[in-house]
Amino acid sequence: MQLALTEDDQAFREEMRTFFTTTFPEEIRRTVEEGRELTREQIVESQQALNAAGLAVPHWPEEWGGRGWSELKRHIWHEEMQAASVPVPLAFNASMIGPVIAQFGTQEQKEKFLPKTANLDIWWSQGFSEPDAGSDLAGLRTTAVLDGDDWVVNGQKTWTTLGQYGDWIFTLVRTDPEVKKQAGISMLLIDMTSPGVEVRPIELIDGGHEVNEVWFTDVRVPGENLVGEVNSGWTQAKFLLGNERVGVAPVGATKRVLARAKELGASILADDPLLRARVVELENELLALELTALRVAAHSAGAEPHPASSVLKLKGTELQQAVSELVVDLGGPATLASGEGDATLEWYRRSTPTYLNLRKASIYGGSNEIQRQIISRNILGL
Amino acid sequence: MDFTYDDEQTALRDAVRGLVGKAYADYEQRRRATKEDPGFDEKLWTQMAEMGLLGLPFSEDDGGVGAGPVEIGIVCRELGRVLAPEPYLSSVVLAGGLVSAVGTPEQRQELLGALSGGESVLAFAHDEPGHRWSAEAHDVTADASGALTGTKDGVLHGARADVLVVSAVLPDGGTGLFLVTGDALASVERSGYPTFDGGRAARITFDATAATPLGAAAADVTTSIATVQDITRIMAANEALGAMQTQLRATTEYLKSRKQFGVTLNTFQALTFRAADMYTSVELTHSMVDWATMVVAAGDPAQVADAAARAGLQVSRAGRHVGQEAIQLHGGIAMTAEYNVGTFTAHLTALDHLLGDAGHHLRALDARLGDHGVIDPLDRAATA
Repeated sequence: MQLALTEDDQAFREEMRTFFTTTFPEEIRRTVEEGRELTREQIVESQQALNAAGLAVPHWPEEWGGRGWSELKRHIWHEEMQAASVPVPLAFNASMIGPVIAQFGTQEQKEKFLPKTANLDIWWSQGFSEPDAGSDLAGLRTTAVLDGDDWVVNGQKTWTTLGQYGDWIFTLVRTDPEVKKQAGISMLLIDMTSPGVEVRPIELIDGGHEVNEVWFTDVRVPGENLVGEVNSGWTQAKFLLGNERVGVAPVGATKRVLARAKELGASILADDPLLRARVVELENELLALELTALRVAAHSAGAEPHPASSVLKLKGTELQQAVSELVVDLGGPATLASGEGDATLEWYRRSTPTYLNLRKASIYGGSNEIQRQIISRNILGL
Repeated sequence: MDFTYDDEQTALRDAVRGLVGKAYADYEQRRRATKEDPGFDEKLWTQMAEMGLLGLPFSEDDGGVGAGPVEIGIVCRELGRVLAPEPYLSSVVLAGGLVSAVGTPEQRQELLGALSGGESVLAFAHDEPGHRWSAEAHDVTADASGALTGTKDGVLHGARADVLVVSAVLPDGGTGLFLVTGDALASVERSGYPTFDGGRAARITFDATAATPLGAAAADVTTSIATVQDITRIMAANEALGAMQTQLRATTEYLKSRKQFGVTLNTFQALTFRAADMYTSVELTHSMVDWATMVVAAGDPAQVADAAARAGLQVSRAGRHVGQEAIQLHGGIAMTAEYNVGTFTAHLTALDHLLGDAGHHLRALDARLGDHGVIDPLDRAATA
């Protein structure tokens, strides 16, 4: 056992830290640090700055922009990015559909989509969930029926995050209603400007517009946009969802928010030992989580995932939520007015919408109940 | 950056597991060993000495093996896994650690040589009624000649010990350490009693008892005591982790085998989810304990103090969670003395109170809260 990073990993950490804190666009970092919402343009600019430096998709195959880093280097990259208030690459592109196309796509699909996906020239949306298919994803009902060379798609997707910005959407559709439900699903890539695609906003409890319903009415999709074989979509979905859980514990960002809370709330904390105790507890739990993430990252050399990796999503989102809750409590009456406002109070004004918004964290990416199910079944064998 | 044992460490773990795991494979063995004084198996203690385990922390010059904290942690973790009652933590890590840190070369060679060889059990007589988790002595005093007066309580294995390492207030203030051995020890009133987890402790009264200064006479060694306590806390955390891992394994097995309403308990999601939460607690604790153990290897005393408080807080919370849930998920059987689950929980509770519980560590960490923005766990590392 050895706590120190190797010289090589230490140098890598410095390199990341330097790039993120000196070269990366300052205005975007400030927006993140102050908890303001990023515009579409900022998210694109951010990813393109990362991509230009070779830092947007390091985990992809090297042929398509990957860096061949160790898991530990990936972890360091991810943590340093968050610590510097740099937005992580758009998950739909970098973590979800990109690796799926690289793994299962045709050569034509790879050439057409991967460079643009890495550079966020295409903004992907995720079209998996449906009103009756959430955690039970295999229950999805959106259909695709072959008509000549085209698939004709009908149905409804929901919870499509940032779908209002999407250029393309990757979907799971039912292509065989007769077989066992997992066996009749395919993955289709759909141009969101196609006739028959309609995006409808869903208003959320934080007052923001983040998710959407996407309706498909006789949408014609060229056969070449099928990823992998017909009816093999469940395989691709499992691959994608497996990737989704990697790096899902936002330790760096949560630590940064907690540190900022200590800084901005110093005078309040000085008078409130109970709040301070909560800060101490949260710092300690975050440390335990960060060490677990390091333990997992330092362990996996492309082999089986470390069993402890399944606690990362569960605990990571719980702590993310708990820190957002602390911030609201710290602000007290300053949090009542939501949204924009006086600069010094702005952070607090955004705290309740953030707290409410983050309730989603224990629901998405496989709800925390699903994570408990994975632990109890797959790890404990219960 | 590496959280895995190397080959030698793995071999040590397997050897220790072979020895103590076999000795206490049957929980009845543990019950028998703790029923009669001295509350542990002297024969096993000798075997541990022969294997070199009792000399692990001490330098070769002092008759030890000169191993590092990771190796000591391995021993503690394995002892925790089977709830071995041998006084490794109190005698080797704590009392031996103090002799190693403070003693003169002659004292170290004599005392640590005998300790390593299994010929002598040491005890640290420190806790005093009315005080909790202090590095200082309060009411036990040493006069100018070094004679000790006052009462210590909760001295682990204090009645069995061949050598007492005693903390006392010095005539000019500060806390010094003293050795009480031989005839002087015979004159001391030692009242031993079993602890609730099957261990042994004693109330010890000194009345102008002759004692020899450990290390330089009249030296205030409060900071050395604090550091050895911190290291002991981290080793206790290793022991607690081993116990929690056993608790989780036993609970998982029980849920798979025990039937109610005609089906095994793992059919009920309400129960399996609670087991999943136990797993989460154990894994987070595992990470923290490994880290704190490595900080001992690389860190300065301030960093060791910080790591001890952080590991202590985590272990206190997790130990209570895992211990309580293990009993609840087992049901009534866990309330009985012949089944080991409840005793594991008892031992976790004892470890929790030995050197500071969650509240104690919270206060220490709170006092340092403003010293940092974010915690960087790697800044405790010596450069590789």
